[in-house]
Amino acid sequence: MGSREQENKPQSTDFSGQAVATRDAYGAALLELGKRNEKVVVLDADLSGSTKTAKFAKTFPHRFFNMGIAEQDMVGTAGGLSLTGLIPFASTFAVFETGRAWEQVRQTLCYSDLNVKLAATHAGVTVGEDGASHQALEDIALMRVIPNMTVIVPSDGFETKQVVDAVAEYEHPVYVRLGRAKVPAVMPPDYKFRIGKAHTFNTGKDVNIVAAGIMVSEALKARDILQKEGIDTGVINMVTIKPLDTDALLEAARNSKLIVTAEEHSITGGLGGAVAEYLSEAHPVPIRRIGTRDVFGCSGAPDELLRLFGLTAEEIVKTVKNFFQGHSEGLSANKLAAQ
Amino acid sequence: MTAVTQSRNIDFLTQQAKRVRVEILKMLTESGSGHTGGSLSAADIATALYFYKMKHNPQEPKWTERDRFILSKGHAAPLLYTVLALTGYFNKALLGGLRKVGCPLQGHPSSKLLQGVEVSTGSLGQGLSIANGMALGLRLGKNPARVYCLMGDGETQEGQIWEAAMTAGHYMLDNLCAIVDLNGLQIDGRCADVMKIDPVAGKWKAFNWHVFEINGHNMEEIVNALDEAEKVKGKPSVILAKTVKSKGVSFFEDKAEYHGVTPTKEELEKALKELA
Ligand SMILES: Cc1ncc(C[n+]2csc(CCOP(=O)(O)OP(=O)(O)O)c2C)c(N)n1
Ligand SMILES: [Mg+2]
Repeated sequence: MGSREQENKPQSTDFSGQAVATRDAYGAALLELGKRNEKVVVLDADLSGSTKTAKFAKTFPHRFFNMGIAEQDMVGTAGGLSLTGLIPFASTFAVFETGRAWEQVRQTLCYSDLNVKLAATHAGVTVGEDGASHQALEDIALMRVIPNMTVIVPSDGFETKQVVDAVAEYEHPVYVRLGRAKVPAVMPPDYKFRIGKAHTFNTGKDVNIVAAGIMVSEALKARDILQKEGIDTGVINMVTIKPLDTDALLEAARNSKLIVTAEEHSITGGLGGAVAEYLSEAHPVPIRRIGTRDVFGCSGAPDELLRLFGLTAEEIVKTVKNFFQGHSEGLSANKLAAQ
Repeated sequence: MTAVTQSRNIDFLTQQAKRVRVEILKMLTESGSGHTGGSLSAADIATALYFYKMKHNPQEPKWTERDRFILSKGHAAPLLYTVLALTGYFNKALLGGLRKVGCPLQGHPSSKLLQGVEVSTGSLGQGLSIANGMALGLRLGKNPARVYCLMGDGETQEGQIWEAAMTAGHYMLDNLCAIVDLNGLQIDGRCADVMKIDPVAGKWKAFNWHVFEINGHNMEEIVNALDEAEKVKGKPSVILAKTVKSKGVSFFEDKAEYHGVTPTKEELEKALKELA
């Protein structure tokens, strides 16, 4: 996962241009933040080695609380800590943080609008070999429906670092979705993250791909292929899924013929769901959603799974070309996985 | 420092508890919906906390060194609203708006809407974790404030309570005092029939808590336990308070039916006579 390499590198923690897992960037960013801000405290539920909160724990043992394997209690405790003026980051795997503790997130954190950051790792199929039980494909949907919650899905290490710093300054509950696998750097070096603001790489006249997380790099690859084939393609990194950057979305929808969403999550309720909900009312345009289709994940190597579930540039290209050829074939990998 | 008249005098506290019960019954009759039984059973405990034990200042609800009270059994909101009103957090007249559109006195407490409510509750089983977090945070900040958390006995059937019980024991939260309102009843009947929670004391002891067992309507025993709990070091304390549901209104007492039923006007009059 490249974490050992990172540790050997001297103090370069902005991750600009570096391929790194977003969880590794999170662990490093959290440590940096902890040095600057005494109010930051961290909780974990017996997965600190995997979520990378262990770095913070080692440096600030008195500001780190291992809650044992008790996610509901972790979320509630984080809420209580925030009520004493601290800024808690609570981490575990995305499945457990958003699923096991959903009602605690709703009742304790969001209803009281508490200043707690849920930074969950191991989202999506790139968890790999551990299989479906550990692959959150519903977490964005689960968090997005709760009032007062903000949902952020960073695409690379550079963006993750900025997200960590930004959410610490934002006094409301936030869900940050992080991944296990190493991802390429996609954001330009002068990029500045702001909550609720998408990054438009470029606007296409034919199609605009609205992506989040690891699918941003696939969207960029797809764009290059499509451009060569004469289909004018744009890409938006919708890093904040809630609140959705509707200005960026409208701009893209008004200026093209097709919107494609791409996410490592179910097409139901996630980014694709959010985009479809918004555009169907505000500016109806044809939409195609790339993501998992009402199926659980499965074991396998991460890149093999991305191919199996159609979470690739090739799948995006195929979907776009089908649209422009007047075809609407389904996504074969998802059908395969469903069997 | 505190603007409330506070006293350890048992007669004074007993008198306040009576006032609290009267207000609870009035507001519930007015609203026509809400939880009578569990508000009345914990009335003496809440009175002892707000009129004696807790350091708090209604003129400055966010005073950083205030003791914190978490009503984990959020359905006893009428009780919380009453002690807050009677100690001066807001005008008593507000109590008449309970559960009405636009009134900050929601069916279950909302911290976003009402001063003095530390955190929103209503979904059972979540308060003790929050109390733990507060206790940890206060300790980290070297803040001398204490945290009190009131739970129902039925509520302790929730798994999260025991996760939190383990946490408080593990982190040796001696600035935390939990109280369980052992009225023996929940919605569907006796706790013993619905889902046995006995042996209660043994469970909390096994989770490394210091246990007090008292009569939750004996003011002397309540204030003694609250005082003693403050002296316990290296462990959280829990006060297991044996109570009677709907205590104070003879014809409602110890009946599961009056968990969430409010008095009629006639019943209110009868009840007020009993409390006079
Ligand atoms: C998680 C959750 N489940 C169910 C309820 C509905 N409910 C409200 S009060 C109650 C019974 C509570 O019994 P107990 O904790 O003994 O309270 P008390 O007797 O003091 O009123 C139930 C089941 C709830 N509020 N929260
Ligand atoms: Mg009860």
